[in-house]
Amino acid sequence: MATSTEQFRVCPRTGLQYHRSAELLIKANAFVAVVFLLIGGVLALFIALTRWQAIHLVGADTFYMLLTAHGLDMLIFWIIFFEMAILYFCSSTLLRSRLATPRLGWVAFALMLIGSVSVNFTVFKGESTVMMTSYVPLPGHWSFYLGLILFAVGALIGCFIFLGTLVVAKAEKTYEGSIPLVVFGAMTACIIAIFTIASGAIILIPTFLWAAGYISHIDPLMYRTIWWAFGHSSQQINVAAHISVWYAIAAIVFGAKPMSEKVSRTAFLLYILFLQLASAHHLLSDPGLSVEWKVFNTSYAMYLAVLASMIHGLTIPGAIEVAQREKGYTRGLFEWVRKAPWGNPVFSGMFISLIGFGFLGGISGVMMGTEQLNMLIHNTIYVPGHFHATVVIGTTMAFMSLTYFLIPTLFNREMILPGVAKWQPYVFGFGMALFCLAMMGAGTLGVPRRHWDITFAGTSLPYEFPGTANLMIATFAVAGVIAVIGGGMYVLVTVGSLLWGKKLDVGTYSNERSVLRMPVASALTSHGTTAGFAAPGTFVFAMVFLVAFVLYYFVNWKYLSTVWGLA
Amino acid sequence: MSAILPPGERLWWKQPLDRVEAIWILIAFVWCMVMFFMMPYWHVYGKQNLSTETYRTTPDMFAKKAQAVIDKYTVRTETDEKIPVVHPPAGEDVYLIARLWAWHPILELEVGKTYRLHLTAMDYQHGFSLQPENINIQVIPGYEHVVKVTPNRVGTYAIVCNEFCGIGHHKMVSKLYVVK
Repeated sequence: MATSTEQFRVCPRTGLQYHRSAELLIKANAFVAVVFLLIGGVLALFIALTRWQAIHLVGADTFYMLLTAHGLDMLIFWIIFFEMAILYFCSSTLLRSRLATPRLGWVAFALMLIGSVSVNFTVFKGESTVMMTSYVPLPGHWSFYLGLILFAVGALIGCFIFLGTLVVAKAEKTYEGSIPLVVFGAMTACIIAIFTIASGAIILIPTFLWAAGYISHIDPLMYRTIWWAFGHSSQQINVAAHISVWYAIAAIVFGAKPMSEKVSRTAFLLYILFLQLASAHHLLSDPGLSVEWKVFNTSYAMYLAVLASMIHGLTIPGAIEVAQREKGYTRGLFEWVRKAPWGNPVFSGMFISLIGFGFLGGISGVMMGTEQLNMLIHNTIYVPGHFHATVVIGTTMAFMSLTYFLIPTLFNREMILPGVAKWQPYVFGFGMALFCLAMMGAGTLGVPRRHWDITFAGTSLPYEFPGTANLMIATFAVAGVIAVIGGGMYVLVTVGSLLWGKKLDVGTYSNERSVLRMPVASALTSHGTTAGFAAPGTFVFAMVFLVAFVLYYFVNWKYLSTVWGLA
Repeated sequence: MSAILPPGERLWWKQPLDRVEAIWILIAFVWCMVMFFMMPYWHVYGKQNLSTETYRTTPDMFAKKAQAVIDKYTVRTETDEKIPVVHPPAGEDVYLIARLWAWHPILELEVGKTYRLHLTAMDYQHGFSLQPENINIQVIPGYEHVVKVTPNRVGTYAIVCNEFCGIGHHKMVSKLYVVK
């Protein structure tokens, strides 16, 4: 039987079991991810310093080219490479299983690498300055679309390896009971990823043929409708993935268990059923789509995916609160927060990620995704303000925090510069939060996104944005530089640890493996009964969030009611 | 007993909820319904709803119709390029062409009057962004979008392009006048 020759090791520090073939794949995917993060971060610096009109660093051609590369390297390549690492980790390590078809995993990795490198190549040659969205009929080079297709096929293979590993784990009985919640969340991400990649294939393959000259016309509205099922849904993979990472970190740092498995898993199920509808967010100010279509889709049926996010937003800190209270931090409503390990970047990064994602990304996202309110911000710089809060503060920070945990256990290195690592989440989190807020402010004042010169120099009918807008832009540029420094600290610590960190005991590889047991229920803890109000502090936080949400939502309706009549 | 281990109970779906969770789910659900019903509510009682009236068109067809209006209602020209300023009567159909990298013509509308504004793009996708009002509409080639607009303040407005449309994107800006 093939399994008998498989090699496993148990990490002496965490007790996690690594399958040798999977381990290499996880490392390779995570490493390439960080390389793309580094490239994207350098590009970010140029972009921020160009939008800051006082500096206006690079010329228009270069600016639009770098912006195209930044979007793809960050939103697609950094994140999806890292998600592949997470999928392999969750299926093989957390389930104590061998990875299904590791060789195919290398094929997937190679396809993704070839795809991402060739996309970068064609963009930096200046042949495909089409932005990440590459809206037809704006022409890109055919190799741009082909690169994306190869990358997507690779990622799709990775998804099926994850599902295959779930099957292997079940068949070989590597675990008892149901799969852990974190693996369930990863499965949610995987299912959304398959939908996403299929949508990408449906639109990118004809677009590739169009760019190569075999198809004469692609309908721009059809392109937008299908492309966003890829472009937006890929961000929904991130949501499912980083929420799983939050649950994982709460479990790793605090030993926190989900407040209720039923609630958390149902919330993930709502994601599977409704989250992808949100691609309609991008089409609300488009012609040709009916009101019913817009309202139903933009609200994820009836905000059922928002409901799911609000549930996760409560249950994760709630689980931490319960775990902390069981450790004796019971004084007042908030002792459990004060006594949390704020100096541990695994925790602090995750918590900043959660708060920033909810308050900045979540609230702004729902506002933007409201059919009528969308007109106030569509294509303004508010939009990148929003998605930097979700994808950078949310996803990227969650993944960064996880890396600090993975360095000693997966890469078996002691982390260098612990002082830098300790401060990194704060520098990065503060920089990004200010960056997002200032961008949203500028967007509210009408500043367009993807725009080289909002002073309109050299045009015959220029417009002057209010002075506050320039202040906002300068603010987000400075905040962007701070965030890039924070990102640089992360790359320094992680790459530096791999190069120069003290080697730690790997454990020994052998054919032996253990089964993932169900934990012994400590029947007398608060979870045996229901009468409790287990996480009052979290509930207060949730109410603060709700008040902020409601106020901001209605302020925008008020603003809408003052603009020109439209019918 | 944690999220990276299997659930502690085999029948985890039969475990009852804590009150914190149950109450929050209820509150969140109610709020979600409020947000959902705000959209249809605004369609009935609100005055700002984007029209969905759309026709297929071609650059030639649209340019011909736009030119007819320009010929009929041009009141003056502006700048060295002699861009026509079109002042159509209230309630009239008005046409705005988006192309690389200009908006054409300049429109002059009367405050409080309703117009049928026809939008399309001649080449790539563009973004109609009315400033400082901050109304933003996607403009897509091949589709003629008819938006009913009712200006509510006198003044000089700008139309900025906010969809990336190539290397001259940031030069695509024009004016729109609202007069008594």
